[in-house]
Amino acid sequence: MTAIMVDKAVTPTSGRAPKGRPGGSLLTAIRTNRKAMVGFVIFVFFCVAAAVPQLFTSVRDPQLRAFDVSLGSSREHLLGTTAFGQDVFAQLIYGTRQSLVIALVAGVFATALSVLIGVSAGYLGGVGDGILSLITDVFLVIPTFPLIIVLATYAGKGSLGVVIIVLVITGWSYGARQLRSQTLSLRNRDFLESARVRGERRSYIILVEVLPTLTSLILASFLGAALYAVLTAAGLQFLGLGDPSSASWGTMLYWSQSQSALQTDQVWWAIAPGLCVALLGASFALLNYAFDEISNPALRPVRRTRVKRTHP
Amino acid sequence: MRFLLKRMGFFVLTLWVALTLNFFLPRLMPGSPAEALMARFRGKVPLSSIKPLLAEFGVDDSQSLVSQYFDYLANMLTGNWGISTTSLGEPVSKMIREALPWTLGLVGVATILAFVLGTLIGVVAGWRRGGKLDSILPPVFVITSALPYFWIALLFILVFSVWTGGWLPSDNGYDNTLDPGWNGEYIGNVLQHAILPGATILVTSIGGWILTMRNNMITTLAEDYVRMGRAKGLPNRTIMIGYAARNAFLPNLSGFAMSLGYVISGAILVEYVFNYPGLGYLLYNATINVDYPLMQALFLLITVAVLVAVLVSDFATFWLDPRARTQG
Repeated sequence: MTAIMVDKAVTPTSGRAPKGRPGGSLLTAIRTNRKAMVGFVIFVFFCVAAAVPQLFTSVRDPQLRAFDVSLGSSREHLLGTTAFGQDVFAQLIYGTRQSLVIALVAGVFATALSVLIGVSAGYLGGVGDGILSLITDVFLVIPTFPLIIVLATYAGKGSLGVVIIVLVITGWSYGARQLRSQTLSLRNRDFLESARVRGERRSYIILVEVLPTLTSLILASFLGAALYAVLTAAGLQFLGLGDPSSASWGTMLYWSQSQSALQTDQVWWAIAPGLCVALLGASFALLNYAFDEISNPALRPVRRTRVKRTHP
Repeated sequence: MRFLLKRMGFFVLTLWVALTLNFFLPRLMPGSPAEALMARFRGKVPLSSIKPLLAEFGVDDSQSLVSQYFDYLANMLTGNWGISTTSLGEPVSKMIREALPWTLGLVGVATILAFVLGTLIGVVAGWRRGGKLDSILPPVFVITSALPYFWIALLFILVFSVWTGGWLPSDNGYDNTLDPGWNGEYIGNVLQHAILPGATILVTSIGGWILTMRNNMITTLAEDYVRMGRAKGLPNRTIMIGYAARNAFLPNLSGFAMSLGYVISGAILVEYVFNYPGLGYLLYNATINVDYPLMQALFLLITVAVLVAVLVSDFATFWLDPRARTQG
């Protein structure tokens, strides 16, 4: 079974119930891990830009064709203007909000779905596990992007809601699979056994005993799902399947591509939105990798050069 | 044997689910194919002549949904994919036959190359843990694996094509002035056109393989049988390849099959950016022109391709891992 092989990759780590608040140790972990710190700083920056774009630019309506067309970068227009006379930098700043909202909303809902399906599958076992795992595997394998393209076409130039729903439906399976295998490895631990002996209800055991021990993995699933959502949404909008009048990085890429910005020397217009997508994606990936290191000490970088493993 | 039968069952089931989704989801969406076609012809064509056109590919309102569904399944499986509405009258199967070799050649080769290279680098990085290679590569590839495919493609075009004044071609699969044929000039030209899109796929997909293989190696190197090998005084090479890498490779192999769908998604965008005449570009065009028969057939084909790869990796697992053989 392929499932068994993949389970091996997820090393069982913290089987103990966590002491103290899990959130507290998480913040310490971010502070002490350099990769996490970099990812966190980028993420916070984008959050600020999404919340108060007015801080960064004097332009109030980035879609308005207010300036001369196709200017190069200058002091007034940091990254120049588009072929329609919009300020590229202002569009970038205002576009942050939509990309971030898609990432967070799709990420949260997809993670909720993976927790629901993954943890129940792992904890229930038996036929229920069989069915839920099968569903997970099927969704994992089906090539989602072509499906999304087809769906977005049928639904008409996709509104934000449609895009998010589609991203949730297609983005939960990977996290569910990992959560299932981790739950499976927890199932027969003593602290769960004692809860069962105490006669606790199943829902209580799952919510109060199992879920807190899975915090780091749930967080990793969320980051994975958010990364997937950012990249896929940008790809869709780039192809022109989003709302062409919306302020977002993907839409900027769509217009710059349709105006051949690369070939006509408007480099920033074509490259900068993708750079933002890449930065946001990288911040999620860095945080994710750092959490991997935190939850699995075996993967942490070795500080000394070359350890002699032959004499443990 | 039970293992293989199980996997074959999974293959059939997933294919069925994909086909069913492909049939029902569009019908749950607002708007109908007929309306979309009407809009495309800007109302110049009356509804009465659109209906038979739609019936060609199984969207026939006069039939019940159930019988439509079974007709659709039968048509999909027998390769009876109908007629494209974009290039009027051309059979979908012919268009796909023309595009398929391009995608297989470009995406197939680049993906497999990324997997093999990434796995090898991952083995070395995990083995020399804490060495130079290992301290540079993982953070770099964490970032590259999060980059959007199309952005790398744009960047490559900018650097190697625009800034260098057309040093490498960034458009189409070959020079239009050449006659396709088995001659050196044409083949060289095709290869030249494949460099940038191929490199894009390689760069964005290799990081994932390196990271997972490195992590698997590290987990495996902590196993007792590796220590046993050292105690026996086996040469390092034997331990690295025969003991550690061989076992660490198994999860990577199933991971490869599982993530292929994602790679294909990226490849569609890469083909679009480079106007590469493969399936992804065809799918894009089908979408733009609301060409339902072509879209459905392409989705089917891509799903089958991914599922076949999953099946192949299952067979390889079966062959490599004695546990899979005995467990059933």
